Amino acid sequence: MTGALLFFAAVGVVAGWWMSRQRLMAKPWLEQGVIDEAPRTVPLAKIGLGVLLVGLGSLFALSISAYSMRMQFSDWSSLPMPALLWPNTALLLLSSVVLQGAKRAADRWDIQSVKIGLLTAGGSTLAFVVGQFLAWWQLDEAGYVLAGNPANSFFYLITGLHGLHVLGGLVALARTMYRTWLSDDVRAVRLSVELCAIYWHFLLAVWLILFALLTGWAADALELCRQLLS
Amino acid sequence: MTEIPLGPGGMSADVEDVELYHPHSWITKYVFAQDAKVIAIQYSLVALGVGLIALVLSWLMRLQLGFPGVFEFIDADRYYQLITMHGMMMVVYVLTALFLGGFGNYLIPLMVGARDMVFPYVNMLSFWVYFLAVLILVASFFAPGGPTGAGWTLYPPQAILAGTPGQEWGIVLMLVSLIVFIIGFTMGGLNYVVTVLQGRARGMTLMRMPLTVWGIFTASVMALLAFPALFVGAVMMLFDKLLGTSFFMPTLYSMGEQLKYGGGSPLLFQHLFWFFGHPEVYIVALPAFGIVSDLISVHARRNIFGYRMMVWAIIAIGALSFVVWAHHMYVSGMNPYFGFFFATTTLIIAIPTAIKVYNWVLTLWRGDIHLRTPMLFALAFIVTFVNGGLTGLFLGNVVVDVPLSDTMFVVAHFHMVMGVAPILVIFGAIYHWYPKVTGRLLDETLGKIHFWITFLGAYAIFFPMHYLGLMGVPRRYHEMLESTTYPASAHQLNIFITIAALIVGAAQFMFVFNLAWSLFRGREADGNPWGAASLEWQTPETPPPHGNWGPHVPVVYRWAYDYNVPGAARDFIPQNEPPPAVVAMQGHSP
Amino acid sequence: MFAAVMLVVVALGSVLFHFLSPWWWPPIASNWKYIDDTILITFWITGVVFVAVLLFMAYCVFRFRHRPGNVASYEPENRRLEWWLTVVTGVGVAAMLTPGLFVWDRFINVPAEATEAEIVGQQWQWSFRLPGPDGKLGTSSTKFITTENPIGLNPDDPNGKDDVVVQGAELHLPVGKPIKALLRSVDVLHNFYVPEFRAKMDLVPGMVTYFWLTPTRTGQFEILCAELCGVGHPMMRGQVVVEEAVAYQDWLDKQTRPVLADNDTAPANNKNEETR
Repeated sequence: MTGALLFFAAVGVVAGWWMSRQRLMAKPWLEQGVIDEAPRTVPLAKIGLGVLLVGLGSLFALSISAYSMRMQFSDWSSLPMPALLWPNTALLLLSSVVLQGAKRAADRWDIQSVKIGLLTAGGSTLAFVVGQFLAWWQLDEAGYVLAGNPANSFFYLITGLHGLHVLGGLVALARTMYRTWLSDDVRAVRLSVELCAIYWHFLLAVWLILFALLTGWAADALELCRQLLS
Repeated sequence: MTEIPLGPGGMSADVEDVELYHPHSWITKYVFAQDAKVIAIQYSLVALGVGLIALVLSWLMRLQLGFPGVFEFIDADRYYQLITMHGMMMVVYVLTALFLGGFGNYLIPLMVGARDMVFPYVNMLSFWVYFLAVLILVASFFAPGGPTGAGWTLYPPQAILAGTPGQEWGIVLMLVSLIVFIIGFTMGGLNYVVTVLQGRARGMTLMRMPLTVWGIFTASVMALLAFPALFVGAVMMLFDKLLGTSFFMPTLYSMGEQLKYGGGSPLLFQHLFWFFGHPEVYIVALPAFGIVSDLISVHARRNIFGYRMMVWAIIAIGALSFVVWAHHMYVSGMNPYFGFFFATTTLIIAIPTAIKVYNWVLTLWRGDIHLRTPMLFALAFIVTFVNGGLTGLFLGNVVVDVPLSDTMFVVAHFHMVMGVAPILVIFGAIYHWYPKVTGRLLDETLGKIHFWITFLGAYAIFFPMHYLGLMGVPRRYHEMLESTTYPASAHQLNIFITIAALIVGAAQFMFVFNLAWSLFRGREADGNPWGAASLEWQTPETPPPHGNWGPHVPVVYRWAYDYNVPGAARDFIPQNEPPPAVVAMQGHSP
Repeated sequence: MFAAVMLVVVALGSVLFHFLSPWWWPPIASNWKYIDDTILITFWITGVVFVAVLLFMAYCVFRFRHRPGNVASYEPENRRLEWWLTVVTGVGVAAMLTPGLFVWDRFINVPAEATEAEIVGQQWQWSFRLPGPDGKLGTSSTKFITTENPIGLNPDDPNGKDDVVVQGAELHLPVGKPIKALLRSVDVLHNFYVPEFRAKMDLVPGMVTYFWLTPTRTGQFEILCAELCGVGHPMMRGQVVVEEAVAYQDWLDKQTRPVLADNDTAPANNKNEETR
């Protein structure tokens, strides 16, 4: 559970930092009258997304923990990583960067660039999903079937969970695109573009961690963590 | 109500008005409703319905235990299905849904001075996804082979192998239902958390929130972090069952043949399950802690004693509950050295929990105690919670757990602490807030009869049950059978428990009757029948309409516990009543 | 008034039930009296707290009940009282935890002189394996299981050739000798539980778990399965017979050796003395 505990420790640190600014030591019975708090400038949806990402982070952290727990068994045999995962990673990276660009463009009220950004990101993300399917197919053809051994099962499970969340993101992206073309007005979609960008950065970060783990690079890092914590 | 212009720093919740969804038809008002209060009632009614099913299941299992063999339709298969469905229904579909979906939805916006939850549409989806999960769960009763009988912990490999009832369809429906429930809950949880973070009225700082909101808020955060563990576990077990993977399945030789599984770890599931399962205990307990604090304070006409300690204790318990999960696994065969760590963390949790108990009883001390039905339930909660909490010190202390784990002692402990205690709070809370929801009071006489039967009866069920466990009677036996270990008189005890359970169960139908009868015939209540200070009692209309506050959201000037303040005109001061200085300054921007 | 009386009744009733009812743990038959002692410490500490809290509540409910003219006092908090209670609670918790951890340390560290005994669970019966004269148990695995080799001995392991396998019968143990029980399951989770021994542990397929004990009195004790293992769970019983060393040796000599050891000397001779 090392990975999960690290994640929860991080959440705890952030929550603790936030709590420390909430005057938890105040004696409320001595304070009467209006207490004005700092104005709430962050849009609700952005905070909502942040809270959702904490939950999803927990989901992936726990999956990774389960994976690393199983890896410790002596009979573990990793499956070969299809080379296709490299271009896939590049595609997801591209989508994430382009969406960040679209967000910048929205800040400049440049609707044309926003449109290009959304289209490019949508296209490259779709290509990523297709690429992941191809990688599954290649592995399956090569005899690394889902139920073959636990390493295979974990690979399909974790990439599948990640892929489902990419698909969910694509639905949100499609809605944003629809509203962009419908309204032709940056004001209507600026927040949505930003939220998409944040979600894609999250997907990218999760994918990079998963990729490092699945290819075995993270094994050394995990081993180090285990030694530190045990 | 005094109207005070918003200062520069004030975030006006009035701005949210434009986003408030206004229903136009009966369907959008009562069925696909986006008003948190309607959603709360929907959640509560469905959860109460599931609770009644679970109650009937518990009757059947008690009949089998008290009079084994008398009721022929309850065979071993059926018995295991009964306990499994009873357990899962109560823990997830009743208690979690009622406290967070029911009370959370009703009370959070009203108590923090918001017009509604921040994402009403998502909130509506949350209920309907929950409802779908309930339907899938109930459908397993009608599936071929019946519902799963794997025990509510669903431990593999047994949950998906021959020898366990419902291993074909029941377990699949159970896992799918849990996955759907978690998706639905996440939608609701987002709302509860973000509404507390961003929806509070002007002046409602965190340290002015009623403890009810603190409890539900902390529990929601915990649920968002803990439910994914169950989600992952459920998905992996579904793969094992349906796709032949071996996440949790080692090499097995079952019922005379080698199975095709190999290489999995049953303990992995237990870690995932309890990583969810232990926080889940506090997901149920923290809202109960919060609510009971408010009930005691209002009906003892005294501020909750040690408010700050109470808040810190809630936060501490919430955080600690993530590092105690393996105390459910002391005899599971995990690395025995974990025992030192988890026993220590588990017993440390007793300290903030004990502080809460002290502060409840110290609130009673030198109070002005009105023994109305909600207060009686709150007192009974303290009794059963202290009892269950103290037996937790047995089971948390690793070496004491060794002889007691997996015996009836455990069953008695967790029923007392997370069954009876939170349910008593739910009853108290319903008696307390019913007049706000409906405008009428529940009948006091029926309420008191209901209370005494439920409290004394439930205590009579679960207190002696501990001693069955001490004698060595394991849990999950569909009959004790003859044994050289425990005396035959143990069976007399079992009969006594069954009779008590039947009586307590019957009393609940009186409560359901009271709910329905008082809706039309109950004494009419004004907006604040108990003289409570917190914001939900200060709505201009009762029951509050969609939007809660009429033209202006309230401004908060004080904490929620100003009872019997020296020098005050009344024995309580509502949170939105300005202090004299502000009244004098009226017209000036504060 | 009534409520206050009922609170007192619940508190005192619980105490009376505890002391007067005939229901208590079966007399101990192993070295784990430490566990019983820890439970008793816990009973005393928690019992005192329970009664104190309930009686204090009863007092409050009676003394501060609502009457005309009764006004609640206003006291938001009392730091000294709260810290004082916290410290006392901490001391009480430490008084339960500390002996618990010491006993746990003993529980998980098996003495070197303990003899091994394997306990195998399957739906829904117990099997046992004791080392032969070489004092060593052979390796085993679920993958070796066949109808001829019901608990999966490794046919290639010479240490296993002289092992004693007891299936569907009593397990005999010598009194006063520490035993390390190695637990294994071939299908689902089980739990080896003899209430008189106090110790118990899960049997988990795919791994070997353990606990140890020293039987301290002779007699026959019932094995209960304490982890849900399917519909036959309550019926999964077995017997342990603890007896003096001489009687134990006598019993051991009469036991069968696994059929596997005779694979090449058909027909299977159950009294397999010659492989010694």
